[in-house]
Amino acid sequence: MIDWGHSGPVLIAAFLASLVEFVEALTIALAVGVTRGWRWALIGTGAGWLLLILLTLGFGPTLQLVPLATLQIVVGVLLLLFGMRWLRKGILRAAGIIRLHDEEKIFAKQTKAMGTAGFGFGPAAFDGIAFITTFKAVVIEGLEVVFIVIAVGATGRMLIPAGVGAAAAALIVVLLGIVLHRPLARVPENTLKFSVGVLLSAFGVFWIGEGLSLRSSGEDWAILALAAGFFFVSALGVVLAKRHASDEVMRQAKGRNADEFGQETPGDSN
Amino acid sequence: MSSARKLPAILTELCGLFVEDGSYTLAILIWVGLVGFGRSWIRGRGAWAGTILFMGLAVILIENIVRSSRRKTG
Repeated sequence: MIDWGHSGPVLIAAFLASLVEFVEALTIALAVGVTRGWRWALIGTGAGWLLLILLTLGFGPTLQLVPLATLQIVVGVLLLLFGMRWLRKGILRAAGIIRLHDEEKIFAKQTKAMGTAGFGFGPAAFDGIAFITTFKAVVIEGLEVVFIVIAVGATGRMLIPAGVGAAAAALIVVLLGIVLHRPLARVPENTLKFSVGVLLSAFGVFWIGEGLSLRSSGEDWAILALAAGFFFVSALGVVLAKRHASDEVMRQAKGRNADEFGQETPGDSN
Repeated sequence: MSSARKLPAILTELCGLFVEDGSYTLAILIWVGLVGFGRSWIRGRGAWAGTILFMGLAVILIENIVRSSRRKTG
């Protein structure tokens, strides 16, 4: 029987993380397909997928041979670094400190670049630029998915729920791409990244704790408590970042006013 | 690009999955290392053991957010 206290968060984390990454890969694949034709764009995408599947099948079961405590600590640290990187970025984006990811803009930029690029190399029938661009996009974005699926799946013997989550995300993105034929600009990417950051950080702390035998009360349910904790701290982070940003803007405005006032003062005294 | 020049590019790409702000990553690693080093003492704190690890990470996150927001708007 599936333990939803544990496999539910695994499935959700893999699904949300994969959704974000596949949306980014879809934008590039669409830009290449629209400008250079679909044949080599699809072959490049397929080849990228194949490599990712082979990596998952190769690394996933191999990792299960590593002693559990070592695996939990190593994967926990990597998940923590990965999750807290996404969390930091999500907080800074939510506070308006750094720009949001704009799929429409990326699509326009990529379309322009693809339209002006030559055919590159190889025989005339082979569009190397289209193949390499889509292959690279799928592999780069997909590597993050592979890491998340393996990391959240292998440590808890949960590769199947993690794989199901990633596959569901891929299916949704591919179907939407086929139907819409345009980038999925309305996907709330930052909210998704923020949520994934919260979940992966919680998994990271949980696995490190398990690896170091720091038993938490509630066992697997501790992941949800940790996720709630990270969510609360992140929400606080957004508030603090917004406040610091507005304080800084006010300080700069005051500084500018003081400079202008300072420049006018000698004239006034005359 | 030759394969000798591709390798550092691939390694940079892989590192980029985990590292964005060096001091932030280092602080996380140091805290996890300290918790690992003092695990026998922390284990004695019972249900608080996991909370101690979490609290340090929460402080690191908030400190970095405040510092980054000052740096980026300054």
